[in-house]
Amino acid sequence: MAQTTNSQAHSNRYGIPYIQVLDVEGKADPAAVAALGLTQDDIKKMYRWMVTARTFDERALALQRQGRLGTYAPLSGQEACQIGSGFALKPDDWMFPSYREHAVQAIRGQRWLDVLTYWGGSEEGNRIPDNVNNFTISIPIATQVCHAVGAAWAMRIRGKKAAAIAYFGDGATSEGDFHEGLNFASVFKAGTVFFCQNNQYAISVPRAKQTHSETIAQKAIAYGIPGIQVDGNDIFAVYKTTKDALERGRAGEGPTLIEAVTYRMSHHTTADDWTRYRPAAEVEEWKKKDPILRLRLYLQKQNLWSEADDQRLQEEAKAEIASVVQEYEALPKRDIEDIFKYVYAEMPWNLKEQLGELREYLAEHGGDLPKE
Amino acid sequence: MAQMTLVQAINDALRVEMRRDSTVIVMGEDVGLNGGVFRATEGLQKEFGENRSIDTPLAECGIVGTAIGMALTGLKPVAEIQFDGFMPPAFDHIVSHAARVRWRTRGRYHLPMVVRAPYSGGIRSPEHHAESPEAYYAHTTGLKVVIPSNPYDAKGLLIAAIRDPDPVIFLEPKRIYRAFREEVPEGDYTVPLSQAKITRAGKDVTVVAWGTMHYLAQKAVEKAAEQKIDCELIDLRTILPFDAETIVNSVRKTGRMVVIQEAPRQCGFASEIIALINDKAMDVLQAPPLRVAAPDVVVPLARLEDYYLPDVGRIVKGIQKVFNA
Repeated sequence: MAQTTNSQAHSNRYGIPYIQVLDVEGKADPAAVAALGLTQDDIKKMYRWMVTARTFDERALALQRQGRLGTYAPLSGQEACQIGSGFALKPDDWMFPSYREHAVQAIRGQRWLDVLTYWGGSEEGNRIPDNVNNFTISIPIATQVCHAVGAAWAMRIRGKKAAAIAYFGDGATSEGDFHEGLNFASVFKAGTVFFCQNNQYAISVPRAKQTHSETIAQKAIAYGIPGIQVDGNDIFAVYKTTKDALERGRAGEGPTLIEAVTYRMSHHTTADDWTRYRPAAEVEEWKKKDPILRLRLYLQKQNLWSEADDQRLQEEAKAEIASVVQEYEALPKRDIEDIFKYVYAEMPWNLKEQLGELREYLAEHGGDLPKE
Repeated sequence: MAQMTLVQAINDALRVEMRRDSTVIVMGEDVGLNGGVFRATEGLQKEFGENRSIDTPLAECGIVGTAIGMALTGLKPVAEIQFDGFMPPAFDHIVSHAARVRWRTRGRYHLPMVVRAPYSGGIRSPEHHAESPEAYYAHTTGLKVVIPSNPYDAKGLLIAAIRDPDPVIFLEPKRIYRAFREEVPEGDYTVPLSQAKITRAGKDVTVVAWGTMHYLAQKAVEKAAEQKIDCELIDLRTILPFDAETIVNSVRKTGRMVVIQEAPRQCGFASEIIALINDKAMDVLQAPPLRVAAPDVVVPLARLEDYYLPDVGRIVKGIQKVFNA
C-alpha cells in the first residue's frame, strides 16, 4: 500500500499516514490490489454501484430543476468514499449517515426509491427495512457522530462483534458533537469508525476556514486513537482503510478517524450555487481526479472492461433509475394520519383531537384543502 | 415496605429495574463510584459493574447523544444530567433527535431512554443549579416529561418511565429529595405516566401543581381549609402528555382554578393548563384562572431566592383571590 503525502498533508508533521492504492491514471501496485482481497467481480460491482450512484445523482438534480423533487443534496464526486466504505460494512454493523450518503444508504439495503421518496417530501423514505442496521440521515451537523458512538458502545457492552460507522463532512469537525463523540469512543473503546468525507467545502466555507490543523485526521491524536488520511477518490484505498478500521472496531480495539480527501463536484444542495464561492478551474482540476473515471481506467488497463461494457452499464443504470423515477412519481398520497400516528407509541388525547379537527376541516372542503 | 426519602426511592427504582432487565444501564457524570452528587445512583456500580453504571466524561451533549445510539441498538439507558441548568448542551439531541426518531422513521425505530435531572430550586445553590425547564421540553412533542412530588410516585413513575417505549425527561425536585420519608413498597410496581392524581378532594377551588410546588401546595390547601376554602388539589405528575381529563373534571366541579409553578410565569406550563380550561371548561368558570409562579427574572442566588420562589403564603393568597373573585 502506498503511503505518500498529498497536497493537504505535505509536511505531514504528525506522522499521519496517507493511503492511496489507485493513482489518478488508474495505475496500482498489483500486490496492493491483491491485498484488498477483492475478486474481479467485486471490483466490477463497485464500479457498477458508483456509476449507478452518479446516474441517480444527476437524475435527482434534474428532477429538482424540473420541480419534480424537493431540495436535494448531490453526492457527485464522493462515490468512491461512499461505495468503498459501504462495501466494507457487514450487515450487523450500524451505519449513521449525514444527508449526502445516498449511495451508502443504497448499498446498505435502502432502495433508490426510498431516497427519492424522502427528498421528494415524504418521511416514508426513512422507513428503513427491518433487517437493515441503518439509522436515518441526520440533518443537524455532526449529531450522528455521538449516536454512532452510542451504538458501537452498546455493541461492546452487549458483547456483540459489530462496529458502527458515522459519516460526516469537514464542516462537522468544527462541531462539539464531533469532539465529544471521539472522546467518548476513545475512553470506552467503542468500535466506531469516524468517516469524514473532507469534500473541501461546508456550503461555501472552505476547509481551511474550518480548522487550522494541517489535516483533519490528526485530530485523532488528541483522543489517543488512530487517524488516517486516505485518497477519497480512490475506492481501493477507501475500502481497505475502512475495512481495517471496522475490523478493529469489531475486535474491541476501539475507534478510528478516517479523513477521506475528496471533492464535492456539485452544489451543497439544490438551493446552493457553487459558482458564488469557487472558481470553475478548481472544479475542472478535480474532475481529472474523478473517482469513477479512475476505476474505469484501472479496469480497462487490466483488460477487465471495454467501451462496450461501459456503454451497456451506462444504459442499464439509466434504465434502472428511470424505473425508480417512474415508481416515485406514481407513489400514492399518504393519509394525513401519518403526521400524527408516529409521534408516540400511543397517540395522546391532544393529537387525537387535532387529527379530528383537521379531518373535519378537510371534510368541509370536499376531503382536501380548499383551493385558494 | 420501607421508609424512604424521594432520592432513596429513585435509587431503589433504578436498582429494581436494573435487576429485572439487563439492558437497563445508568450513565452520567459522577454516577458510578461516587453514586451521583445526590447519591441517586449509590451502590449501583458495585452491584452491576462499570458497564452498567457508567461514569462518563463531562459532556452533556455526548451523554445524551450516545444514549440515543444505545437506545437505538438494544439498551435502555437512563442518563443523568447532573443539574437542570446543565441540560442545555444536550438540548439538540433531546429535541432534534430523541423526540423525533419514531416519527422520522415512521416507527421503524423508537428510543426507550430516560434523561434524569435534579430539578428546581430552594437549596441555596450556585447559578444554573436551580432551574425549572419543564416548559422547554413540554413544547417538544414526542417527549414525555415527568415530575414526581413524593417518594412513592418517584419510584413508580421512574420504573414506568424506564419501561416506556418513548423518551422520557424525568425531573426530580431536589429541594424535597430528603424533605420527608414515606412508605415505599419494596420491589416492582409502577405508577402510570400521563395520569394526574387528586391528592385532596374539595369543592371550592381546583389547585394544580407538580414537584416541589405540590409539596408546598399541600400545606397551602390546609391553610385555606382553615379559612373555609375547600380546595381540590391535583398533582399533575406527568407534564407531557398530560392528563387533561382529571383537571377538566375537577374544574367542572369547582368552577375555579389556581395553577402553581416554580418556573417564571411567562410561557410556563401553567399557561397551557389555563388554555386547556379556556378550551374545555370556560362555561363553568366563576373566576378567571390564576397562575402562581416565579417572576419573569433569572433565578436569584441564595440571599434573594426565597423572594423569588412561590411559597405557601403566595399560594394561599392566590387561592383566596380566585375564591373571592
